[in-house]
Amino acid sequence: MAFAAFSTTAAPTSSDSVKKKSPVALLLLLPGILYLVLFFLAPLVSLLLTSFKVPAEFGDIGEFSYAFRWENYTDVITAYWPHILRSFGYAITATFFALIISYPLAYFIGVKARRWPLLQSLALVMVVAPFFISFLLRTLAWKQIFADESFLVTSLKAVSLLAPDAHVTGTAFSVIFGLTYNFIPFMTLPLYTTLERLDVRYLEAGSDLYASPFHVFRKVTIPLSMPGIVAGTLLTFIPAAGDYINASREFLGGTGTQMMGNVIEANFLVLQNFPAGAALSIILMSAILVMVSIYVKKSGTEDLL
Amino acid sequence: MKHSISKWVLPAYSALALLILMIPIGYTFVYSFNDSLKSNITWRGFTFDKWLNVCNVQNGAVCEAFGNSIFIGVVATVLATTLGTMIAIAMVRYRFKFRSQLSLFLFLPMATPEVVLGAGLAAQFLSIGVPKDMLTIILAHTMFCISFVVVAVKARVASLDPALEEAGRDLYGSALQVFLRITFPLLLPGILAAALLSFALSFDDFIITNFNSGAVSTFPKYIWVSAARGIPAEANVLASAVFIFALIIVVTVQVSGAARAKRLEKLHQAGVN
Amino acid sequence: MTTDTFAESGADLELVGIHKRFPGFTAIEELNLTIPAGSFFALLGPSGCGKTTTLRLVAGLEAPTAGRILVGGTDVTNQKSFQRPVNTVFQSYALFPHMTVLENVAFGLRRRKMTDPLGKAHEVLRLVELDHLASRRPQQLSGGQQQRVALARAIVNRPALLLLDEPLGALDLKLRRQMQLELKTIQEDVGLTFLHVTHDQEEAMTMADTIAVMNKGRIEQMGAPQELYELPRTAFVANFLGQSNLFTGPVVSTTSAGVAVDVAGHKIVVPATRAHRTTGEITIGVRPEKLTLHSAKPIHDADVNVMGPGRVTDVSFSGVSTQYLVEVPGAGTLIVFAQNMTFGSDVKFGDGVWVSWGVGHGFGLDDDPADAPRFEADFDTRSIAAQRHLEGA
Repeated sequence: MAFAAFSTTAAPTSSDSVKKKSPVALLLLLPGILYLVLFFLAPLVSLLLTSFKVPAEFGDIGEFSYAFRWENYTDVITAYWPHILRSFGYAITATFFALIISYPLAYFIGVKARRWPLLQSLALVMVVAPFFISFLLRTLAWKQIFADESFLVTSLKAVSLLAPDAHVTGTAFSVIFGLTYNFIPFMTLPLYTTLERLDVRYLEAGSDLYASPFHVFRKVTIPLSMPGIVAGTLLTFIPAAGDYINASREFLGGTGTQMMGNVIEANFLVLQNFPAGAALSIILMSAILVMVSIYVKKSGTEDLL
Repeated sequence: MKHSISKWVLPAYSALALLILMIPIGYTFVYSFNDSLKSNITWRGFTFDKWLNVCNVQNGAVCEAFGNSIFIGVVATVLATTLGTMIAIAMVRYRFKFRSQLSLFLFLPMATPEVVLGAGLAAQFLSIGVPKDMLTIILAHTMFCISFVVVAVKARVASLDPALEEAGRDLYGSALQVFLRITFPLLLPGILAAALLSFALSFDDFIITNFNSGAVSTFPKYIWVSAARGIPAEANVLASAVFIFALIIVVTVQVSGAARAKRLEKLHQAGVN
Repeated sequence: MTTDTFAESGADLELVGIHKRFPGFTAIEELNLTIPAGSFFALLGPSGCGKTTTLRLVAGLEAPTAGRILVGGTDVTNQKSFQRPVNTVFQSYALFPHMTVLENVAFGLRRRKMTDPLGKAHEVLRLVELDHLASRRPQQLSGGQQQRVALARAIVNRPALLLLDEPLGALDLKLRRQMQLELKTIQEDVGLTFLHVTHDQEEAMTMADTIAVMNKGRIEQMGAPQELYELPRTAFVANFLGQSNLFTGPVVSTTSAGVAVDVAGHKIVVPATRAHRTTGEITIGVRPEKLTLHSAKPIHDADVNVMGPGRVTDVSFSGVSTQYLVEVPGAGTLIVFAQNMTFGSDVKFGDGVWVSWGVGHGFGLDDDPADAPRFEADFDTRSIAAQRHLEGA
């Protein structure tokens, strides 16, 4: 079911000649667009306005009035720069691991398993299976598997692979592990959809033209699967950078692993410091937009969007 | 065969990766049978109790949250699927100004981190003074589902041969008849897939919900709140039940798809010979 | 091959005792073939005859179940395709869609670390008259242009052996004829050995020095195009390479000059030198364009075979010639091609006619008449390629 959403990168588009101009188009577009303007665009504007607000005079905690206090930004950057760096550091690392774990898997399912459709479908169902179980519960499962008194950790300590006083949960490792695990399906599916369409005759042509298997992979397979790589890394990086479940203390994180999402959540829902939370959100979003557009330009896949 | 070992590297690697993907699912499922007390961390013996008395714990708080999630999911799915399908049809079938700008605009909600979407809506509701409750959750879920629906249905519309609609018009069908009897039935599988996707997204959403739910509990929010003091095994029961249900749907779709492909192939062969 | 040298000239290709079995069927059984250096060799046969598999074996994209492959005397059986001094023009062209035309052509040169790959690529693009499109992507070219790029991409490497896998199949008739001539010219210019796989008999005859007709995994007959056409050895060759009128009957007399066969009461003579069998039940034949139609019974002549009377059951005009179908009781339906030398046709549908041909034009087949022509299920390049890749070698 979820496959469809990722299979658009090369969906056949009907030629422009069949498209016609009609007021019907406006009728079809208007309700949805209006909805998104109201509940997507307007909130972003609200967020921007909120990020410059100042505490209301004589107001309670959580009451703010409109202003243009750009120092809100320098304040949050001063206070939270480690979280900002950590968010992108963790997200990039998790995206990298998800890519190197997913690519061989997607290659196996999309290319090697073509001859066995049943195996192919089974493997695909297994890839999306984590979607069907609660995100929070599957993250908690890892927390319990990595807990200090768990079978895994005690065994690792018994064979001295882990120091006796070491912890797995609450570390950068466990947060990155959780991010990688949770977003692997988002990486694998788009990779699968491009690799599944990979014409193996191009690989043969490469081999015929004196390219070793390694060179065929680097010069032919990788470039031809670029749309999948870009889609997969974006679908992993964006949610990973904004995630606050994995890094949360109740889940896989600790005090030293808090990400931007955690501080945005805390400012909004606990401290009721809405301008700080809003400023952090704007920083997160702008940073992602800038990074994504540079990435998409560099990889030469603009027409993908 | 001198390459017999290297031949098995990729399949073995893939099997291992898939196995690791399954671990938390297996863990959640197994612990739904744990005869646990308040928290479900250590294994205390096997029982069917939790499956049989799902709603008995904490005055049915788990089940209430679960019911809320289903209600929100259904309403948001109906709204998002309707709005998204309309946009998808318009985008593939009609010509209009600012097409590429619209594409980008529809792509943005998917490219925006959930925490920003959630915070933005929270700021919005706060500034116009709307209290957070079930309605704000539904409004939020519908918003982030629309883009996914557009993407899923657009692919289906684009693969639809426009000649089919032209044939319908040629055979004296009015615009409405052509839509109801030709376009819509052909799009239905795509629309259903989009609806399932949007239900799944809504049902499992926590981040946006957390910002806009106020006192209303949903299933993911219940788990988040209980994580500190221990999650009852009943949550595992419900999650496992959802998992099995989703698995049945997906397997049915895949198997019927494969069977249809096989039937077509047979027909094709019969036609050729 | 990472040597910085080009093949000086084409090399011999030798296939020794090649067998190729796929799970469930045998694609090639006992194939022995030598293709001399510098020749233009065509493997001709219907789909599924094993010709594409043969080509893929030579390219190194398949490994033979048994047998050896030698290029220029060197055993390459165990070399991977990228190690062999062989290049292929693929049926689908397989031009890399993510590279420009120029980069496609330079690909092999870069892999072999040749000096000045772009210069050499431009040079060969000029040869195929496409240098002005060097910076385009393959998708932006027409079918004929793509075909020429594919050819350029292969010959720029100066392979000892160039394999052509039905590269003209996707082109329309006119373009195909033009490309056939161009290919032939290029082959003569560069002096490489060409191995061309095709199911188009006309294409094979126009281009090749030597044709091997393949059927059911075996070579039925091999020789110069004219030799194959004039003197087919089997019913399969007689019908696959052009059309034939075939008759089966017992040999009634054999002299040094000819073998006489009784065909439904007509005594048909075939020169002894053109008959592969001289006793028992044999199949003889004659090409349709060798036949002449008569509206009255021709005068007896020992050098002319006559059949008739028969009835014209179909007349179809095709410009250069007219094709007549003549039903002769007992002997079956004969096909006659008559040059359109005069305006209008003398013979009309339903006319009673006699058919004659010079004894020297007949041929006698080597087949056992009981053997039916053999055809088998098709395995096209793509499914073979996919299967091959999945086997994972």
